Formats: sequence, structure tokens, C-alpha cells
Amino acid sequence: MNTELFGVISIFILSILVAIPFGKYIAKVFTGDKTLFDPIFNPIEKFIFKLSGINATEEMNWKQHLKALLSVNMVWFFFCFFILLFQGSLFLNPDNNPNMSPDLAFNTAISFLVNCNLQHYSGETGLSYLSQMVLMFLQFVSAAVGIAAAAMVFNDMKERTTDKLGNFYNYFIKSCTRILLPLSVFVAILLVFSGTPMTFEGKDTITTLQGDSVSVSRGPAAAFIAIKHIGTNGGGFFGANSAHPFENPSYFSNAVELWAQLLIPFAMIFALGFYLKRRKLSYVVFGVMTIGFLLLVIPTVISELNGNPAITKMGISQTTGAMEGKEVRFGPAISGFWSIATTVISTGSVNSMHDSAMPVSGTMQLLAMMVNAFYGGCGVGWLNFYIFIILAVFISGLMVGRTPEFLGKKIEAREVKIAAFIAILHPLLILAGTALASYFAANDTAMGYWFSGNATGWLNNPGYHGFTEMLYEFTSSAANNGSGFEGLGDNNPFWNITSGIVLLLSRFLPIIGPVAIAGLLAHKKFIPESAGTLKTDTTIFGVMVFAVIAIIAALSFFPALALGPLAEYFTLK
Amino acid sequence: MKNVYSILKLTLFMVVLLAVIYPMAVFGIAQLAANEGKGQTVLVNGKVVGYQIIGQKFDKSNYFWGRPSAVDYNAAGSAGSNKGPSNAEYLEVIQKRIDTFLIAHPYLKKSDIPVDIVTASGSGLDPHISPQAAFIQVKRIAQERNLSEDVVQKLVESKVNSPQIMGTPFVNVLELNVALNELK
Repeated sequence: MNTELFGVISIFILSILVAIPFGKYIAKVFTGDKTLFDPIFNPIEKFIFKLSGINATEEMNWKQHLKALLSVNMVWFFFCFFILLFQGSLFLNPDNNPNMSPDLAFNTAISFLVNCNLQHYSGETGLSYLSQMVLMFLQFVSAAVGIAAAAMVFNDMKERTTDKLGNFYNYFIKSCTRILLPLSVFVAILLVFSGTPMTFEGKDTITTLQGDSVSVSRGPAAAFIAIKHIGTNGGGFFGANSAHPFENPSYFSNAVELWAQLLIPFAMIFALGFYLKRRKLSYVVFGVMTIGFLLLVIPTVISELNGNPAITKMGISQTTGAMEGKEVRFGPAISGFWSIATTVISTGSVNSMHDSAMPVSGTMQLLAMMVNAFYGGCGVGWLNFYIFIILAVFISGLMVGRTPEFLGKKIEAREVKIAAFIAILHPLLILAGTALASYFAANDTAMGYWFSGNATGWLNNPGYHGFTEMLYEFTSSAANNGSGFEGLGDNNPFWNITSGIVLLLSRFLPIIGPVAIAGLLAHKKFIPESAGTLKTDTTIFGVMVFAVIAIIAALSFFPALALGPLAEYFTLK
Repeated sequence: MKNVYSILKLTLFMVVLLAVIYPMAVFGIAQLAANEGKGQTVLVNGKVVGYQIIGQKFDKSNYFWGRPSAVDYNAAGSAGSNKGPSNAEYLEVIQKRIDTFLIAHPYLKKSDIPVDIVTASGSGLDPHISPQAAFIQVKRIAQERNLSEDVVQKLVESKVNSPQIMGTPFVNVLELNVALNELK
């Protein structure tokens, strides 16, 4: 018990301690200062840009940034979609796994493109090794796109008036080569020596000690799992994700994977401070996020350590805490901690099954994704938080009766409209999607093409918990998270297509919004700070932002949470 | 169109760097790891009887049992039960597992049974059980194998993995059963 809690706390603190110098490094990468990896990657990048015919030194305005960002994503989508459709007859398929159905390929390609990694298949039987490698490519580039967008917003926040906001391709390739690739190599090596396989051989058939014959899936997993966490992607190589012993062999590998997923989201916030030379601002932002995170993680760890009250009633010993869906080598404390870490940042990898978590934990996991701005995914976490800052500046401005300003730029109607739209989009997609699915489930509608059988058939649990399964799926999609209440029968046209659409909208609009706001602000006249300026690097402003987040998340989502996990909590009492 | 062509070329180069060179580099390093990165195996008399960290099914009465599994320890796949904590059917299953366990171990009180031995793991392939779950099976194993309880108890004690600083205590079931076969 004590060794369990000590593990949780030390991993968290270690992640913060490493993130501060790493944030400084990220800031250096984007200001163009010299870094350690320049001698290796400068020539490679020059070579790639020259042969591709891309001018990576040309300064772009925000519209050009978005155009480049959306075009590369479009190309990657089709590339991946066709590989998945025809994987069965392509190379590197030792287990002879079949082609994906079009709706599943659509969902999978989008889901990896948008850094979500919702997986409606199981890796062992659903993908060839070629497809795994292609999805791994998307894990790199989708994270790099998020970081590049955040870098552009950083650039916009400088104290000057300009349309020249850096080059998208430059930010993108630097995110890949200077940040994601070196870290992934490091993590992959740690995993390989912890016991994660890295082989291109297919399934092994063995006779067990007791004499049964079983197959054991293997594969080039270590490389995949490294970037899955470094890039906050979360898509597992195996079906059970990081609960699978090969994917996460020991307490040590578990600590490495936790650290790996927390590192960049933490470091991006510190990078902001170093980049703008406004370290106090980044500490305020980090403080708000950390308070939010702790408010979610503490109740979760406590409820998991207390175990399932319904099982306690049966009279057995539950001193180790809730164990359904959890692995003995991790235990409930670190599993609870992981479940919140993976949902506040948009990783979505799991080391325990969230569907079997206690209702309090389920509530907290959902809230983490509903807010989606405490740390957040690679780059996009900062973009989401930026929206809340704009809203908080606006509301504070109204309260004191002044024109709202943020870092010397006036926030006017256009920016606030965009921010409000993005803030409303998230609950709209989640609640409308859940309402649609619940309507079918409540009426037990025959779904025809969309689902074989009646709609209740996609639920793995009855009652309130069943409702939570549907709510979780849409929340996870809209937060681009990718974890799931995996009991939900989601590999069918209904879920593949509806969640695919939610994924697309909730990835690109929340990138376009903040990039547009930041671009518009960068173009405005810079007003030097005066006595009347609302200071954004103060505790009071931090409280203000927290209040805005709490009000938006609580008011929009409380009714849905009350129908799902909260109702279940009270029935279990 | 020129733009799309540029992006295609960029994509191709990035695929080579990130999806070919990177995994091949990791693959190269993996050749230095245990069993060349193919997953560490457990050998008995030179024959592979399993992977060290992939749980396997033990339901014969002369072996230590592992946890219930939603995939019946078929490691061609992996999954948890995904049953919610308030699901009535699920709770009945747990009750049945407790009853079955008590029939196999008539010397136990209900409160001796740790929760991990009657609940399914997240992967369905959990190689471990809690030390308590191993100790309560000692008497049964000793009777089945005509060994003294003391000897089996000592064996389990030697296989308990206790964390020094952080982590949870556990016993690897396959390792324990291999060692059990060697007692004689």
C-alpha cells in the first residue's frame, strides 16, 4: 500500500522535474537556437525539403499555416485508408489478418490521423504488421501537427504586430526530428530491455506447462508503444493496450510509459514561458492545470483502493482494492492514477479496463475528457486551454468594464465569437451523439445496415452503466482521447461512422479556432502594459480561468453524468 | 496540384524516416535483448513451456491457479471482461467463483480469499497473482502432490516478489509451477 502510493507520487514529481528543462529545450527548437541534434538532422531536413520542393524558410500567415496543415492531413488520410483496406494482400502480414471493412478503415484512419487512436479492432487479429507501421507513422505526424500548431500560436503571442508567423513545415519537421523521434528511441530501448517484443515474426504456438496448446501474439511492438505514449496517441499494439504484459511488462515499464505520456504535455506549458520569456504565465497555467488534475486523480485513487462495495458485501478480502480489469503487477493505485493521466492528456492508452472501474473513477475519467484542457495532448492541450483563457479574459474584462486585452492585444467580438463556438462545440458533439445512441438503445431499435440486431445489443452492461458506455465513447471521440469503455460493441457502421465524424470535427475545428484567434491577434496593434491592464500571470486570473472551465464543464455535462456514473455510484452504496 | 505532389514526396520521406528507419533501429537494438526481442521464454528441459510474462491457464488441481481470464488465456488475443461494478450478472459470476474456490479449498474462510483470484485481469493474460492468493492454495497443492505443507509454503515464499520502494507484491504463477514440478 505504501509502496504503491509512493510509486504514484514519485512518478508524478519526476515527470514535472524533467519537463522543466525539456520545456526549455522545446522553446529553443522553435526559436531556432542551436540544439544537440542539429548536426544529425539539419542535413536530413535540408535534403527532404529540397527533394520535396518545399520552401521551409518562407514566413506564412495564419491562413497559409492552416492550409498547409489541412492539406498534409488530407493526403495522409487517403494513404492510410487504402493501406488498411488492402492490408490482407499486402506484405508484412505473417498472421494472415484480413482486409478492414470500409467503415472500420474510415474510423481507424481518421482516429490515428487526429491523434485519438480510438480502436474498434483488436491489434492481434485486426492489423497486419505493415498497417501497424503505417499507423505508427500517423502517431508521429499527428503529434507533430499538434505541436506545430501550438508553436505557431506561441509565435503569435509575441509582443509585436505581424503576419509573418513562421513556417508550418519547419515547425512540423522539427517536432518530428528534434522532439518526438529522439524521445521515442530512448523509450523504445527502455521497453525492449523490460521485455516488450520487437520482432517481425508472427504468432508463436506453444504447449503450456499444463499441456494445453496456445498461440501467443507478438510483433514489432516496442517501437510502436514508445511513440504511442510520447505522442500522446494511446493506440495499443495489442487489444488490451498497456494492460497487455508484452506491451507493459513490469512496474518499471509502467512508470516509463506514464512518464513518457506526461512529458510533452507538461513541457509544452513550460516551453511557452521560456519562449515568450513569461515564465510566470506558464507557472500560473501549469498551476491551474495541476489543481484540476489533482482534484480528479485523488478521488479516483481512493475509490479504487477502497474496492467494489458490492464485492466487499460478499465477505472476501478486498485489501488490495478493486481488481476487476486490473493487473496484479500494477495494482489499483497506479492504475487509478494512470486512468486520469491518460484522460486529462489525450493519450487514451489504458493499463486497466475503464469499463470495470468504480463509478467515481468513471466520473473523473469522463470529466477529465470533458474539460480536455488540463495538460492536454501534444500541442492541442495548450490550444484548448488558450480558448478558456480568451473566454476568461473576456469575462473579466466585462466585470471591470474595460476592453479585454491579452498580452497587449485587444480581444474583440470576432475572437470571442470563435472562442465561444469552439467551447460550445465540445459539449454539443458529445451530448448530441450520446442522445442519438441512447434514443436507439432506449427504443431497442432494429438497426439494419448500421448494426446487426437491435440497438441494446451494443451494450455490455445494463442500466446506468450501459448509458455511461455510450457517453464515454462520444466523450472520448470528441476529446480525441481514444480510451474506451471497451465493452461497447463499437465495430459496426453506426459507431464507426458517427464517432469518425465526431473525431474529425473535434480535431480540426479546435485547431482552426485558436490558430485563427492567435493569427488575428498577432495582426493587431500592440498596446504596452499600463496600470489598467488586466494581468494574466497572477493567481487571481488563474482562479478566473479555473472558474470558467468549471462552469462550462459542470453546467454542460452535469445532467449526463448524473444519469450515468453518479446514478451508478448511489446504487452501489 | 504541384502542392499535392510536394506533400506526397514529403510524406514518402517521412514514412522512410519514421516507419522504416526508426523501427529498424529499434529492431537492431532489440537483438541485444533477451531472446532477441522475441519475448522472453521459459524453458523446461530445453523445451519452451511459455513466455515469462504471458499468463497461462492452470486449472488442474496439482498446480497453483492464476486469475480468471476473459479470453481463457488464449494469447492470440487479449481483453478484460469489461463488466461494470454494479452489473448483477457479473456479481453472480463472482459469487460463483468464490463458491467454487471454497469447494476446492474447504479449509478456507471466505475472508481469506483475496479479490484478485476471483476477478478477471485487464489483459486476460495476467501472469501474476497476489502472494495471499498463492499462500491459500498451499494446503491443496501439498495434499495433491503428497508434499509437506512446509516445503510448499517455503517455495511460495521464495517466489514472492516484494517491492523495495514502489510497486505491488506479486507471484509469477508459471515460474511458481515450474519450480513446483522440480520439487520431488
